[in-house]
Amino acid sequence: MPLLSELLKGTGEHDLTRLDEYRAIGGYEALAKARAMTSDQLIEEMSKANLRGRGGAGFPIGRKASLIARDSPKPKYVVVNADESEPGAFKDRQVMDQVPHRLIEGSLIAAHAIESKDVFIYIRGEYLAEYETLQAAVDEAEAAGLFDDVSVVVHRGAGAYICGEETALLDSLEGRRGQPRPRPPFPPVQGLYNAPTQVNNVCTIATLPIVISMGAEKFAETGAATAPGTAIFSVSGNVERPGNYELVLGTPMRELIYEHAGGIAGGRKLKAVLPGGSSVPALTPDQIDVPLDYDALAELKTFFGAASLIVVDDRCCMVQLALRSTQFYMHESCGKCTPCREGTRWMVQILEKIERGDGELSDLELLESINGRILGKVLCALGEFAVYPVSSYIAHWRDEFVAHIRQGRCPYEGRSSIEGIIAPSEQHHHAAVVENPLAVISA
Amino acid sequence: MSPAAPRDLATKVEAIAHRYPDRRSLTLPALRFAQEEHGWLPPEALREVAEVLDLTPAYCEAVASFYDMFHLAPVGRHMVEICTNLSCALVGAQRVVEAFESTLGVKAGETTEDGEITFRAVECLGGCGYAPVVTVDNRYRQHVSPEDAAAIVEELRATA
Repeated sequence: MPLLSELLKGTGEHDLTRLDEYRAIGGYEALAKARAMTSDQLIEEMSKANLRGRGGAGFPIGRKASLIARDSPKPKYVVVNADESEPGAFKDRQVMDQVPHRLIEGSLIAAHAIESKDVFIYIRGEYLAEYETLQAAVDEAEAAGLFDDVSVVVHRGAGAYICGEETALLDSLEGRRGQPRPRPPFPPVQGLYNAPTQVNNVCTIATLPIVISMGAEKFAETGAATAPGTAIFSVSGNVERPGNYELVLGTPMRELIYEHAGGIAGGRKLKAVLPGGSSVPALTPDQIDVPLDYDALAELKTFFGAASLIVVDDRCCMVQLALRSTQFYMHESCGKCTPCREGTRWMVQILEKIERGDGELSDLELLESINGRILGKVLCALGEFAVYPVSSYIAHWRDEFVAHIRQGRCPYEGRSSIEGIIAPSEQHHHAAVVENPLAVISA
Repeated sequence: MSPAAPRDLATKVEAIAHRYPDRRSLTLPALRFAQEEHGWLPPEALREVAEVLDLTPAYCEAVASFYDMFHLAPVGRHMVEICTNLSCALVGAQRVVEAFESTLGVKAGETTEDGEITFRAVECLGGCGYAPVVTVDNRYRQHVSPEDAAAIVEELRATA
């Protein structure tokens, strides 16, 4: 299947960070069309389109909008999740950088659907250039009178993976530590400032103008049967041409890796694909004919996730990969739920022990038992994201784990592609210097 | 008692206060303003933010300590950060880490003796398709090779 440009349409030929150029290709016409509809009609249109969330869970946006308590006396909020932090994901960044108006137009359509006057776009703090581009586009669109009485606020995060989790994001936006909330209540009932809130990923929201201009029925016919439309797939790791590729959902993974991304770099051998970012179970080379859609990937017991493929060639030690992945989730665990906070630390220690050559066979069982103590026992998916990949590495590459244990050393003998990689959690940290703590307390 | 917050912090915060229905939402923006002013978040910066937002310094510190971009200890005038997550690691980030360490004469996580440059490894920066990724004072450098380290450091030293 060819590359299909919808979300990124026009970015090759035009500077779509500029309002006049975006309007010249029909920009903001979908907003006018949407505003001519009633809220109910618009939600019906979104439901008929069967547009599913591009952030990870794949939840249909129409159903999410229909759950908003529109008769609530409280304000209703639209929150765009632009806290793109999943290792391997860099697609939202390109949308904000190259076609910010499509995201803004989608946000205004979403606001009209749930009768909201307040849009917040929560962008990860590290995306400074993207923030500047997006804020400039917001200012330009507002000055052009496109907002009516809606306010669009771009809010910067400050470096925390967990804030991509929707309820942690809401807490962070409220000025707190970004820690997930117990559910129910879900955000459509009680979200930002305890009011009904629609939270969606950048690419989901930016697809709304496409749905409206195409018409729901026509949109629903594109892409995969249960997942219409296009998605931007981020491809990274050991491929010849890493980058973002917009394709219809249902495109075979093999085509994305071998045709669009040019195959494995240096003509090496494929070892593993992490199909939805680092948080999902890995696939083996014999599984990559899978179509890229939510349900087909679920059949292989993995996830579409953030539509972000990390491609790993055969030079990589899977124990090291498991360790580096787990160090990340340990570092990013918010600490609220004990199984995740403590479990990820235990996982790191056991994986370090195996990689050092001090492991025992019973450590593999111990790892699996920790997994079972995290899964389903935490408020959000982060703990699961730590567990899923490691479980899959042990399942698919058990021989490699066993070889470390039996040989008492890493069988790669220092030649693994990620040998010695330092994790932020391992580096030297300056302790906060407080010369006289009492002086601070009494000050 | 808390000292009065500097007027410019209050001015910056009040200029965006209308964006939020609840002033607590100004915590991250205010901490960012204070850090821009002080270079990091010393206790007096936390007291200033607390004063402006009518929160406690302890609350501000609790929030700041949660986020990697806020610094509760002094850092260099320039910040060089390298992603060492999977996609960058797979294409040689560790060799870039080592090149910076030897050029700067510090280990990852440390600041040069003259207080000019902090070098640290960070988690995924969302530049995976352009790996290895380094940010210099929050601006992205893509496809960075070990050979680039010396030039980046020289560039920063030149602006000292």
